[in-house]
Amino acid sequence: MALPTAPITAPESLVPRRTSPRRKFGSWVHRRPRARLVGLLAAPITWMVIIYLGALFILLLNAFWAKDPFTGKVEPFSWTLDAFKTIASNPVYTTIALRTMGMAILVTVTDALLALPIAYYMARVASPAKRRLLVVAILIPLWAAYLVKVYSWRIILQGHGLVDWAVAPFGMHGPGLSDIMNTWIVLSYLWLPYMILPLFAGFERVPSSLIEASADLGGRSMTTFRRVMLPLVFPALVAGSIFTFSLTLGDYITPDLVSDTKFIGNVIYDNAANVNLPVAAAYSLIPIAIMVVYLLVARRLGAFENL
Amino acid sequence: MTVSQTSSSAAPDIRIERVSKRFHEVTAVDDLSLDIEHNEFFSMLGPSGCGKTTTLRMIAGFEEVTEGTIKLGDQDVTNTPPFKRDVNTVFQNYALFPHLNVYENVAFGLRRKKVADAEIKRKVGEFLALVELPGYERRKTSQLSGGQQQRVALARALINHPRVLLLDEPLGALDLKLRKQMQLELKRIQTEVGITFVYVTHDQEEAMTMSDRIAVMRAGRIEQLGSAEDLYERPATAFVAGFLGVSNLLEGRVTGAANGMLEIALDDGRSIRAAAANGYSAGDAVSAGVRPEKLKIAKLDDGDAATSADGATNVIEGRVTDASYVGVSTQYVVKLDDGSDVTVYAQNLDTSGVSEQYPVDQKVQLSWSPKHTFVIGGRVDRAALEEEVTEDA
Amino acid sequence: MTEPRYVRVLLRIATIGVLVFLFLPIVVLAIQAFNSSKLLTWPPPDFTLHWFSDAAGNPQIVQAFQNSIVAATVATILALILGTLAALAVQRYDFFGKQTISFIFVLPLALPGVITGIALRTSYVTFGIDLGMLTIIVGHATFCVVVIYNNVIARLRRVPRTAEEASADLGADSFTTFRRVTLPAVRTALLAGALLAFGLSFDEIIVTIFTAGPGTQTIPLWIYSAIQRPNELPVVNVVAVVVILLSVIPVYLAQRLSGDVAASAAL
Repeated sequence: MALPTAPITAPESLVPRRTSPRRKFGSWVHRRPRARLVGLLAAPITWMVIIYLGALFILLLNAFWAKDPFTGKVEPFSWTLDAFKTIASNPVYTTIALRTMGMAILVTVTDALLALPIAYYMARVASPAKRRLLVVAILIPLWAAYLVKVYSWRIILQGHGLVDWAVAPFGMHGPGLSDIMNTWIVLSYLWLPYMILPLFAGFERVPSSLIEASADLGGRSMTTFRRVMLPLVFPALVAGSIFTFSLTLGDYITPDLVSDTKFIGNVIYDNAANVNLPVAAAYSLIPIAIMVVYLLVARRLGAFENL
Repeated sequence: MTVSQTSSSAAPDIRIERVSKRFHEVTAVDDLSLDIEHNEFFSMLGPSGCGKTTTLRMIAGFEEVTEGTIKLGDQDVTNTPPFKRDVNTVFQNYALFPHLNVYENVAFGLRRKKVADAEIKRKVGEFLALVELPGYERRKTSQLSGGQQQRVALARALINHPRVLLLDEPLGALDLKLRKQMQLELKRIQTEVGITFVYVTHDQEEAMTMSDRIAVMRAGRIEQLGSAEDLYERPATAFVAGFLGVSNLLEGRVTGAANGMLEIALDDGRSIRAAAANGYSAGDAVSAGVRPEKLKIAKLDDGDAATSADGATNVIEGRVTDASYVGVSTQYVVKLDDGSDVTVYAQNLDTSGVSEQYPVDQKVQLSWSPKHTFVIGGRVDRAALEEEVTEDA
Repeated sequence: MTEPRYVRVLLRIATIGVLVFLFLPIVVLAIQAFNSSKLLTWPPPDFTLHWFSDAAGNPQIVQAFQNSIVAATVATILALILGTLAALAVQRYDFFGKQTISFIFVLPLALPGVITGIALRTSYVTFGIDLGMLTIIVGHATFCVVVIYNNVIARLRRVPRTAEEASADLGADSFTTFRRVTLPAVRTALLAGALLAFGLSFDEIIVTIFTAGPGTQTIPLWIYSAIQRPNELPVVNVVAVVVILLSVIPVYLAQRLSGDVAASAAL
């Protein structure tokens, strides 16, 4: 160790500086972790609880309020179950709810099947440079404006569009803009990146040593994938499915633009414009209930660590 | 801030008075009292969870004290935030600021004190030279090796010339060779800058190499406090005996005292003597301890019994069950008649065929001086102790 | 790599297939923006730049652009403040109800957007609040908070608490430590989060429809209404291409700024 050129002493410049009011406040705050916590949380909690949770609560209340038959306005605190009776008495509401859930499941499974190979390729086969490129390639369609993507599918699917042109040589026609299958294709398209990214992160986290251990113990590639890889990335798959499921459940723009079919979101939207706000509110409790159950199950499956 | 020259008054640099720290229902530090003198290299040694790091963090001000007071010199700092305490810390993972270069890391404390730029420049250069990193000012901390980051962390703390420097297992992440080298350098720097060092470690050799005094801690309390020699030669408890090096404990009962010597009858009937052990009287159950390197080993023929040549040396006999050659010495395990094992380190003075000298199953006699015998009160639960002492090593 | 060769070839083919699927609508749209045919037939009979000048000269579009930029800017600033504060509290402190709070902060993204939209609208109607820019901004800020919160919390997890302790140890009070140590450590995460939040707000329609009054239009709202008018479709194409560029560029920058955006960008 080299000796310093000058003897090391405490120079005069190191006398303590005067205690400023801010510094005094600083040490007051330091001794009170509760005060610091309250200072940090006050604004965000106020916002989220009053505005967001408050709005959800008002929505719940509206489901139990009556609508003035003449003005169409909701009368606060006029308690009634009319909205629920309307929904229960008309089988269309049930059909639409079941149809929406079925579509949510269909889209989730489709996206899982499409996402698994590409996520695996990105995480475990591609070189680091290629991997970065692929991540960007997934992010671009993810973040390209939602409405614009739906619109683009509309002009692809419509008469004299790309699909018509592609199948014309086989003497066929495109689906036009009324087929419910359009909804399946477009929703699967829209939410696919939400499934790829968590799965990619999940595959990336699996330690290579585990895969080698499985191979070492005689597991063939397929066995290793099924017995080691899949169970380990399953929570990531569930995490991705939260998005594909929830987003499908709530979408009303896509069904409106590419098909004639009504989903839960359309019923809420159509009723919301003061036609029948209590019905819209009551009906929106269905997707909320479904998602709460879904989130609770997902949490048990360990999906939250993969969000 | 008290400049070092004036702090040679009566008050110790650190006075910990009846301090306890509880995390919910877990007691990490239990009614601890301790004085650390000016200019001392003081170590707190113990297995993980013994409360040593918590004590250090309470001195630094990162943890609040549940009960008791902490004083720096004459000043009660129990409720003083860390940024107002005249102590600085070297962290286990260095905690260098990743967004600042080496110069700004080292200058951080002086900038908070609004020291003039020219003075900062001079001092940073001086302290980087002290830690042997001259010219490293513009480097990013991420470009440095572990050892270099450690030196920057040291310079960053020392440049403020604190009353006390706290070091929390600072060498834990370094490899063995670098660790040994840094131990010597730390001791040298401490002597040069004349600052009290409080050093936390679980490595007994590290503590013994550098420290003036060591507090061996266990379950939130100080088990024994003293110099490295005190602790090694005269451990007060079986835990200390086991934590600092290897020790052999032979159980018996005090039969009397004569000429400053304690007479102890071992369980197998043999009588031995121990020097300078006070506070025991006839009938007390005790363990007599001896370090492996203090034992002399000699061949015994099968028919012979161990005998003390001068009547003053302690002797026992047994059979070799294991012999391993480790370079400077050969380590033997000898099983006594009562079934207990004794470890012996025999220096390899004779260069020919050392390992065959005392083959397995050879009957041997072990002898040692009464002045190398230490006495621990009570009987020892060896299995429990073994587990506690080795969990961390 | 333990995969047999044929598996890797199959994986590569599947990857290319998915990429083609993902980029097809974007490419089609980019080409359609230059389609000279008002009916947007495929393949385009001819190409033109005519629709770009039409779009730029449309006062409705210009106004909607302005609204979108104002809404996204204000919502992002609000979200930066609220999200950062919440992330600091949740990541650096232990307190009762912490799990609940972190749950509340992911809820706006986990529940379908239509729920957030109808809930906010119902509340506005119940309390007689006029719908307009302000109500749009409140809605956007609510889900933008989540993006900032996630980004900052992910970064804070990787910044060891000892850096802040070291700062206090070296004489910095709580405010100085925040300004000199914590803030620089999360700076890129904040910037990345802000870009993502801006992009999210700029594109948003599902919530916005519910919270916008009849007089206020953002770009997505204008596109949604213009789609119904066949005459305007060529201009919609042009606006759509510009919107894609405007929303993808911030995300690309955010990705460059911080590696951990990949996962949180999905949110």
